[in-house]
Amino acid sequence: MKEYKIYIGLEVHVELSTQSKLFCGCKTKFGAAPNTQTCPVCLGLPGVLPVINRKAVEYTIITALALNSRINKNCRFARKNYYYPDLPKNYQISQYEEPLASGGWVEIKANGKTKKIGIERIHLEEDAGKLIHGEIKEDKDFSFVDYNRAGIPLMEIVSRPEINSPEEAYEYLVNLRQIVRYLGVSDCNMEEGSLRCDANISLGEENRMGTKTELKNMNSFKEIREGLRAEIKRQYELLSRGEKVIQETRVWDPKKKKTFSMRGKEEAHDYRYFPEPDLPPLFIDKSWVERLKAIIPELPQERFNRFIHQYGLPEYDAGVLTESKDIADYFEECVKFFPKPKMVSNWVMGDFMRLVKKEDMTKIKISPASTADLLSEVEKGTLSTTMAKEVMEEMFKTGKGASQIIEERGLKQISDEESLDKVADEVVKENPKAVKDWQKGKSQAIKFLVGQLMRKTKGKANPQLANKLIEKKLKNLSG
Amino acid sequence: MKKKIIDIDQVRYIAHLARLDLSPQEEEKFTHQLERILSYVEKLQELDTKDIPPTSHVLAVNNVFREDELSFSLSSQEALSNAPSRKDSYFKVPKIVG
Ligand SMILES: [Zn+2]
Repeated sequence: MKEYKIYIGLEVHVELSTQSKLFCGCKTKFGAAPNTQTCPVCLGLPGVLPVINRKAVEYTIITALALNSRINKNCRFARKNYYYPDLPKNYQISQYEEPLASGGWVEIKANGKTKKIGIERIHLEEDAGKLIHGEIKEDKDFSFVDYNRAGIPLMEIVSRPEINSPEEAYEYLVNLRQIVRYLGVSDCNMEEGSLRCDANISLGEENRMGTKTELKNMNSFKEIREGLRAEIKRQYELLSRGEKVIQETRVWDPKKKKTFSMRGKEEAHDYRYFPEPDLPPLFIDKSWVERLKAIIPELPQERFNRFIHQYGLPEYDAGVLTESKDIADYFEECVKFFPKPKMVSNWVMGDFMRLVKKEDMTKIKISPASTADLLSEVEKGTLSTTMAKEVMEEMFKTGKGASQIIEERGLKQISDEESLDKVADEVVKENPKAVKDWQKGKSQAIKFLVGQLMRKTKGKANPQLANKLIEKKLKNLSG
Repeated sequence: MKKKIIDIDQVRYIAHLARLDLSPQEEEKFTHQLERILSYVEKLQELDTKDIPPTSHVLAVNNVFREDELSFSLSSQEALSNAPSRKDSYFKVPKIVG
């Protein structure tokens, strides 16, 4: 069986989270009623002039810097001409020969080693409208267009074909998305289309790529991995039978788990690009780039390393905590108030993140100081971990502080030896059978008695202390 | 006779890219007209432009920006008021291969 080398290149489109569109002041909010966020500019009406949104340019530069790309001092926009109803102007304002940035890389882990996936270019363009295909019976011969999305700034990041497996592609996307989210330039939400990805795939030899196909319509990172696997398998089978791969665009069908040829859309790949006459060129000087460099936050990889060194956390913890910037920020804030990093880490990674998964981080009502309070109660022994969990859930719901909830619900753990001693006496008196069992050597009996004590105190007794006291009583009785 | 600059196949190709339906008479007519226009413009080729960078803008300005601020948008009724065909709040177009 012949071995082929897999070559994958990814084109990632990221909608930038600016308030307004790239060339006009329309909103970019997702989910608005159809055609309520348009104006003469983004509808391409005659006589209008686009003006570039500075923030969109800066977001692209920031991303390029974070991806180690070279910012092109002179760059400009170009018209990409094609006729399709999602484009109101019949051209898309994009960039062609002079993109904002070239080169750079994203680091991934491949077979336990670090690998750099090269970036070809990063450019800025406007998004197109959204087409809805006739789902209604009498309208099956029509499509419907919503231009709310038309003109939203779209950053395109094109990788070199240096990705050599579907797993590497997945890893590349996860790391790229993490960086972009850290930068705060996009929420990268695939369900809402603010991150989209097309792939180029070919099977070749060590230093020679084969004929590539372009793959579209993958709606999650998992689908991208699946789609790539299916397309590789298809190409492999063709080549093994001595047949040829045809250069074409294919679509992934997530239900049939196969890729299908997108017949007929090939012909018009003649975009007749030319410099956009309505937009003066950009000149990105050093001082502007330096200013932007200064506001780039610490990136995931650096933060991961710092968490290990500064807080002495295991790699696993550092990885989980730095996965999202919000969680990492939260952890660090908590540690400021409660300087026991590993304890904070366990707490944040466990119960806290379980609750966060259900809710948006921005809606979280528990301040880091409050979490720190809760943890110090646990440390002092006033609160068991089980009770702490309950308290946190309440903090989540109500936004009340830890001590307030503990007070209100009378949750304080009983660590007072005198009062527990009395309860232990009662328990031993009321359960003579268990005491006998213990005396006969059934060590399990002690667990039963401690359980009885916990029941009498409604779970509030300090478990270690309860255990100690019961054991003492038993020994006294037998001694 | 001088070599033709444009032929009828190119005219058909460009018409197709622009989604224009031309009759055979129109194809002929536009080929002639475009030929005349292009020959006229070709006069510019006589100039030596070897060391001159291509001009895309006549004004020496760059970095014209707007801040990321919201301005007015049209209502969907206004946005759709010139649409030849619509349904509810959508522009209605002939079906595109999905
Ligand atoms: Zn607009």
